[in-house]
Amino acid sequence: MGLLKEPDLGTPAKPGLATVTVEVDGMPVQVPEGTSIMRAAALSGTEIPKLCATDSLDAFGSCRLCLVEIDGRKGTPASCTTPVAEGMKVRTQTPRLEKLRQGVMELYISDHPLDCLTCSANGDCELQDMSGVVGLRQVRYGYEGDNHLDLEKDTSNPYFDFDPSKCIVCSRCVRACGEVQGTFALTISGRGFESKVSPSANDLFMDSECVSCGACVQACPTATLQEKSVVDLGMPNRTVLTTCAYCGVGCSFKAELRGDELVRMVPYKDGGANEGHSCVKGRFAFGYATHPDRQLKPMVRERITDPWREVDWETAINHVAERMKDIQARHGVGAIGGITSSRCTNEEVYVVQKMVRAAFGNNNVDTCARVCHSPTGYGLKQTFGTSAGTQDFKSVAQSDVIMVIGANPTDGHPVFASRMKRRLREGARLIVVDPRRIDLVRSPHIKADHHLQLAPGTNVAVVNAMAHVVVTEGLVDMSFVDSRCEDFDAWAEFIARPENSPEAVAEITGVPAADLRAAARLYATGGNAAIYYGLGVTEHSQGSTMVMGMANLAMATGNIGREGVGVNPLRGQNNVQGSCDMGSFPHELPGYRHVSDDAVREVFETLWERPIVPEPGLRIPNMFDAAVDGSFRGLFVQGEDIAQSDPNTQHVTAALEAMELVVVQDLFLNETAKFAHVFLPGTSFLEKDGTFTNAERRINRVRPVMAPKTGMHEWQIVCEIARAMGYPMSYPHPREIMAEIAATTPTFAGVSFDKLDKLGSVQWPCNDSAPEGTPTMHVDAFVRGKGRFVQTPFVPTRERSTRKYPLILTTGRILSQYNVGAQTRRTANVAWHKEDVLEIHPHDAEVRGIGDGDEVTLASRVGTTSLRAVLSDRMPVGVVYTTFHHPVTGANVVTTENSDWATNCPEYKVTAVQVGLRHSGSAAEQESEEEPALVD
Amino acid sequence: MTRSDTGEHTTAISPQIRLANEIAVQFPHLPPEEAAEAIAKHIRQFWDPRMKAELLRRMDAESTALDPKALAAARLLRDQAPTSAGR
Repeated sequence: MGLLKEPDLGTPAKPGLATVTVEVDGMPVQVPEGTSIMRAAALSGTEIPKLCATDSLDAFGSCRLCLVEIDGRKGTPASCTTPVAEGMKVRTQTPRLEKLRQGVMELYISDHPLDCLTCSANGDCELQDMSGVVGLRQVRYGYEGDNHLDLEKDTSNPYFDFDPSKCIVCSRCVRACGEVQGTFALTISGRGFESKVSPSANDLFMDSECVSCGACVQACPTATLQEKSVVDLGMPNRTVLTTCAYCGVGCSFKAELRGDELVRMVPYKDGGANEGHSCVKGRFAFGYATHPDRQLKPMVRERITDPWREVDWETAINHVAERMKDIQARHGVGAIGGITSSRCTNEEVYVVQKMVRAAFGNNNVDTCARVCHSPTGYGLKQTFGTSAGTQDFKSVAQSDVIMVIGANPTDGHPVFASRMKRRLREGARLIVVDPRRIDLVRSPHIKADHHLQLAPGTNVAVVNAMAHVVVTEGLVDMSFVDSRCEDFDAWAEFIARPENSPEAVAEITGVPAADLRAAARLYATGGNAAIYYGLGVTEHSQGSTMVMGMANLAMATGNIGREGVGVNPLRGQNNVQGSCDMGSFPHELPGYRHVSDDAVREVFETLWERPIVPEPGLRIPNMFDAAVDGSFRGLFVQGEDIAQSDPNTQHVTAALEAMELVVVQDLFLNETAKFAHVFLPGTSFLEKDGTFTNAERRINRVRPVMAPKTGMHEWQIVCEIARAMGYPMSYPHPREIMAEIAATTPTFAGVSFDKLDKLGSVQWPCNDSAPEGTPTMHVDAFVRGKGRFVQTPFVPTRERSTRKYPLILTTGRILSQYNVGAQTRRTANVAWHKEDVLEIHPHDAEVRGIGDGDEVTLASRVGTTSLRAVLSDRMPVGVVYTTFHHPVTGANVVTTENSDWATNCPEYKVTAVQVGLRHSGSAAEQESEEEPALVD
Repeated sequence: MTRSDTGEHTTAISPQIRLANEIAVQFPHLPPEEAAEAIAKHIRQFWDPRMKAELLRRMDAESTALDPKALAAARLLRDQAPTSAGR
């Protein structure tokens, strides 16, 4: 794949159907109105020299290299900032232009170190290229005068260097930071000769607001901003197109290698999800894949107190199969099960659920989405008919009102947040519903119109009150409701009841009624209104109810079925959507079809030649309960660290300790592996071959950059276990697994590796009706036919503050770390987040005698841990906040068994706690051993 | 659910009783018969057979711990669909 240097047309494409015809060097070209001359020329095959222009940024017109002559016009205008006009005749190469360009280049080079042969960007430097293009043959000015060659290099960022001596002040980095990323951390300070790129107020990069997304590095035409890995290893010489393994945005990347060594990850311009942008995790934090902590050989042990013993694959696989069969022989078919992972490919997940259903003979398969977005599955299926977000990410560019509920996109989904911020800067209105003042509430050029700072656990009361306003103030889109929906009248009667009014719930939610009314009116009347939500919606005792409440609101206002609107879950992990699609839930076969459906079971029974149990199996929390009561004794865990990530750690570890066989398939010996009897080493995303499906239902290829370091692909291991248990299961290649998925699952019927290679990606449903996929769902009809209004009474969580536990703890994550940190803790990202801290309001801290940075105990009714306090008024009084990236903190030691009523998704977001100063020798007991930063 | 003198609840009851109660309280807007049917339907759709069996096994002995709507749902489950052990 020749993607090392992607084509750069100089300026962004202009939308629109109207075209104009111009002539560039005698060649006619037809382009959309408003297109720059530079882009028109590039489209006609003529590259005009440029330095400050790149097609990911608006034209700037500063470098004066792209000058052209236009018949009938005076002077030599910049082609990047001059739009085409009908009949225009442009000349890009004339003696006058040549001389002007050489003069400009001569000035640039006179203040640039001439170390090309030893420069890290040698071969990938636009300044070098342009010198050749313009025919520069001499530099008459020498180095005797003032120059910038002695400026000091900034090496503070762990991933890239800033060498101002090589800077040509083209502002591409500054513009990328603003236009693409939306952080505005960079500026040009000084004037004239003193002009220079400056992070914040002449800070070091590491001390500035820079979020290390890499957009500036990507935009830099010289070696001024350069990846340290390129400096250390040299310029890559081949590239493999693949998909990021972090969050649910699912960015496309070019893995750029030098031989077999990965040098850097570069965001792919044609990636449907990210369109050339990235965040600090996907762009830079890939070192975990080759970290020495990776366990590469299978291991077994009889008891969890025994030392591990390395064995060969055959021994490990047979050991698993024999022990699983033995457990079933003694305790029943349903005594074993498996958990699939959202970090694994669709193909890897599919074979695990197939192993459970066909080889284990039960439905005891669940996925880590149980603890994050299972309420999305339930809620959207009940109302819309399928478990998926309604839009593609591009849709946000058409939104007029954006409502962010229980999500923190700038930290959790940063590349999508950049799209969202761009639209907000263009004038879209913003409603944030969150107990915490997240960055989106107020950041450069962004200010939320409404921040509904509700009390944790009162989401449903808020969304009901918004719907109450819509219904009682006559803001319902009756045309949409009448033609597209059902059960509206009963719902409208319910929602209009006085107990759902903003005034009635204000005391419960803490949201002033006037603010809530104003937000509801804005959502209903502000044009295209889109809802984006995260785990602050789902991880509650009424998570599913809230999802249905949002769906009700969107339907009532007609905000479904076109670009710019919709109800959109921001998925936590890269393949949450896919792992759910693949039949990982114990009640559903692939494609969200209930196991009790005879026709669906028959499809799989015919193909698999095994009967499928028509009743649901155990969910993850049910597995733990069943393990404690002795009816569940064997568990296969694919790439999930349940001992760290699941709530009520004491209960989880008691369940794991009670089991006879715990099999962990993972990259590292994680917390769960401490309770395992078999460890099967897994593969990183750089070794995988398959597909991920992101939060917008986009199926992307994951292509192997290197062979499995373990000697086996994960799907092969699973197939071998099934075979050893007596069920033959084999595939020549993952493409055949996808072929089986397509053959059995209508929404994937048109998906194949060949199509993905051809189109880049597709969004399901992809079938005969939509052969190239479906960016927007429910356009003419809902998947279930009519959208269904569901009544959503607010029922307070039983978890509430008490005299003993007077504060409410809520949890989340931050930009630089990812989930339980197994990956990011093994990268230089620890430079930004070495430990989890407890954010506590200054008032709550003061009454407890807690100062900023003090070590405190955090206790709930189920456990106690300790961590450092950070005073912050982002949280309201009475609410504290922490992250769960470090096992040493063990935030889930304190979270409880409470869960969403419909799906058992844990109620991570509401735990009654007490916080106190930690004194030496206090009772804070932490189960996890001290875990230092793991950077190699 | 029981509560201690400090107000926090304890979890001495079985998971099946607790989960059934958590479902039951979500249907305050429905008449009792409809609520019981909705709860029973939900349990049929999402619970493993052994969980249903355990609920039915405990429902008489621990009826006071069950929300009345959950108890009514459990009776529907017992009357309408005999469950297998599923093991």
